[in-house]
Amino acid sequence: MTHMERNSLRRRSFIVGASATGLAFGYVAANNIEDALAANSFGPTAWYSIGPDGIVTVMVGKAEMGQHVSSTMAQIVAEELEADWSKMRIALPTNDPRYNDPVLGALITGGSWSTRMNFDAMSRAGAAGRITLVEAGAGMLGVKPEECRASNGQVIHSKTGKRISYAKIVAGGKASKVWTADELKALKLKTPDQYKLVGQAVPQLDIPSKTNGTAKYGIDTMVPGMLYGRPVMPPVRYGATVKSVDETEARKIKGYVKAVTLDDKTATTSGWIVAVATTYEGAKKAADALKVTYDKGPYANVSDQTLIDEAKKLQQDGSSGQLFVSNGDPVNAISGAAKQLEAEYTTSINIHCPLEPMNATAYEQGGVWHVHTGNQFATRTGALAAGALGIDPKHVVLHQYFLGGGFGRRLDGDMVIPAVLAAKAVGKPVKLIYSREDDMAMDFTRPLTYQKVRAGLDGDGKLVGLQHDVVCAWPDERWGPAFLAESADKKAKLDAFTVNGADFWYSVPNHKVRAILNELAQKATPSGHLRSVAPGWTFWAVESMIDELAHAAGKDPVEYRLAMLDGAGDNKVGAKKLANALRTAAGRAGWGSVELPKNTGLGIACVSSQERATATWTACAATVEVNPTSGAFEVKKLNVAMDLGTVVNPDGVKAQVEGSALWGMSLALFEAAPLKNGALQASNFGDYTPLRMSEMPDLDISIIANNDPPSGCGEPAVTVIAPAIANAIFNAVGVRVRSLPITQAAVRKGLQAKKT
Amino acid sequence: MLTLTVNGQQKQVDVESDTPLLWVIREHLQMTGTKFGCGAGLCGACTVHLDGTAVRSCQTAAKDAVGRKITTIEGLGGNHPLQVAWVAEQVPQCGYCQSGQIMQAASLLSKNPDPSKAEIVAHMDGNLCRCMTYGRIQKAIVRAAADMRAKSGS
Repeated sequence: MTHMERNSLRRRSFIVGASATGLAFGYVAANNIEDALAANSFGPTAWYSIGPDGIVTVMVGKAEMGQHVSSTMAQIVAEELEADWSKMRIALPTNDPRYNDPVLGALITGGSWSTRMNFDAMSRAGAAGRITLVEAGAGMLGVKPEECRASNGQVIHSKTGKRISYAKIVAGGKASKVWTADELKALKLKTPDQYKLVGQAVPQLDIPSKTNGTAKYGIDTMVPGMLYGRPVMPPVRYGATVKSVDETEARKIKGYVKAVTLDDKTATTSGWIVAVATTYEGAKKAADALKVTYDKGPYANVSDQTLIDEAKKLQQDGSSGQLFVSNGDPVNAISGAAKQLEAEYTTSINIHCPLEPMNATAYEQGGVWHVHTGNQFATRTGALAAGALGIDPKHVVLHQYFLGGGFGRRLDGDMVIPAVLAAKAVGKPVKLIYSREDDMAMDFTRPLTYQKVRAGLDGDGKLVGLQHDVVCAWPDERWGPAFLAESADKKAKLDAFTVNGADFWYSVPNHKVRAILNELAQKATPSGHLRSVAPGWTFWAVESMIDELAHAAGKDPVEYRLAMLDGAGDNKVGAKKLANALRTAAGRAGWGSVELPKNTGLGIACVSSQERATATWTACAATVEVNPTSGAFEVKKLNVAMDLGTVVNPDGVKAQVEGSALWGMSLALFEAAPLKNGALQASNFGDYTPLRMSEMPDLDISIIANNDPPSGCGEPAVTVIAPAIANAIFNAVGVRVRSLPITQAAVRKGLQAKKT
Repeated sequence: MLTLTVNGQQKQVDVESDTPLLWVIREHLQMTGTKFGCGAGLCGACTVHLDGTAVRSCQTAAKDAVGRKITTIEGLGGNHPLQVAWVAEQVPQCGYCQSGQIMQAASLLSKNPDPSKAEIVAHMDGNLCRCMTYGRIQKAIVRAAADMRAKSGS
């Protein structure tokens, strides 16, 4: 870990105790899973226990949303524990702070941080168990512990070959030591050359149950006597209030109970109603039958164009925003440069739409509220439920499940609010399920972004100054003010999660990045974190502009980048790793060595997503064929290369890169949720259309593994695809597209402009 | 009261006859392997078999399933070659769409023991995977088809 990285991580650890709603986090309720495991078992730390049958159950504080992080945590534990992989199991704890992320200090899953931030803690937990088991096992064998080793779930006496299984040791009650934090800290861990399991593609523990219908998601919760709720959403994304509710028609629906108009003290929702009935089909019909009138509020006339106009106005005001990067004097450097370029880059509003619609089941029992839902930020979401109920967060237990997709959507906790308020209003358990239309209309979106980049080249085509302004809503101002960072000039706070990536690893002598909050967007479309977060748009601008500069300088786009990845000053080491990933992707694609058919282009991009302190070195070469008349284009192949340090499970990493690269392509080409009259124009998978099987390009993935600390792999590849595709389109037909998603119409327009 | 045959068992359910089969299976019978994704026949997460053919249970009224054999993921047996292949290829990520994917694929292999890649894509394209595990789904179908052909000696 570099010095800079440690500081950056430490900065985040103060999140506990501060939240968007000003609520304190806490927890008192019992943890049923752990109580059940406790009988006759051995738990050297809170992270796992071993039963008398030798089964090792790892308590996974991370949300399992398909990244197989639960299996990864178990794999890290098993490495130091010397466990038998077939004996490893996973369990998902509640919002119990004992399972807080050891670095972040909360139950939160995001940022592609999990493996990086939990590798050490899980390793130490595993090692502690091994040491205790070796001591206990040696005692049972009647030999000295220092003459024993552990392997594959057994303690073995090296000289005689006598052995005893972990199961027998635990069943014998001889292993009982609970390790203190200081003892854990003092443990000596394996060096990478000693790894047996880390680096192996062991089968993921969460997969079998996902092939036979037994995997449990929040939506599968069943509680005796529960009623069902479906929300009725207002006609605008935010700011509406309910004026009247006419239940006349709804009362005719079989099983109808009542309509609950939410009084949401957390202000997470506005103008929501829940139709409650004895069945879900009844609740759905009733929701449709309710006649509701609204005051649409102050944002009912806001549309995409309003947000872009506002963004341009803000960007033109030199005093707006905060500096994220401040090196030298780009304004002077650019004005004195031999060649000047400027360009605007935009990205549309995007929604998450995980396939499991938002849902939660809530009920009160003995003074404690139980909420069942799969969530990425259990600490905050539990507190949000408490805030809505007006009770102490200590009295909310959030029960965790597999997530039927997260992608950042379930970092938010809106779904618990209609569930708890409806359950409170009817005095019975309520299972609340958004329809797909509800889910899409009320997404906490990737914000619409507007970026302006100005650059100056010297006589040799060298980049001497870059000014980069990023205007958008700031998710963290709404969702997690504790995540706001200090500006480069220490004048104010900014949301680094809207500009991360703009602090790239190229050596540019004069470089400033300004983060500008679009207040109107902030209010009209409460934004959230969508898979890949800021690097999903900052690298769109940076890697497109770098390509434009390379062409303006008459240089090869790969060579141009490599020259700036010189590892000078603060860019030491990292820039060289990025250069290596870049060369790998370019090489795999045959950059400069293959002759492409006419109207087919190869485009390159490289990124250091997610953050400078947690960078995963990723590059992509995209092969795109363009029809020079119609502008129709097809992505033929994506060559992706990624260096993420220690690879715990190579197949798991590959699966994440496959999925995230296709996500990048889907966002680049197929997904947009325009805002019109205050409402998101996305109703279902007919008009919000993520990539389908028939749209898949060839994928070629190169993983560069080494002994650096493990980095994340779930998001970075998302960010590199769009610029690679746009750069390929330019190389194919000379058309530059600067707006996401890239459409055939935009390419055709460019082709026509070229002709005239 | 309707009588439905689900995975070979007769089930009595007290529902309105126009209730989507999806909600009957999931909430009334509490067989939760079948998933709700879109409610509009656009994603395929709710796919089950009616008399061996894949249908979207969110678009099928309960009354239209009376007298027909309903098969859900729970009725596939757990060791169906597709389920074995799904584990071997490590297909699922979040897993939420995979019951529907497997049921859709099972319907293909029951009629076409050796589908081409184009046939697989055409048959599977209506099943959305938000995690985008499509490449592995294709591989698993090819693997399962080969296993089934080997077992049947064809």
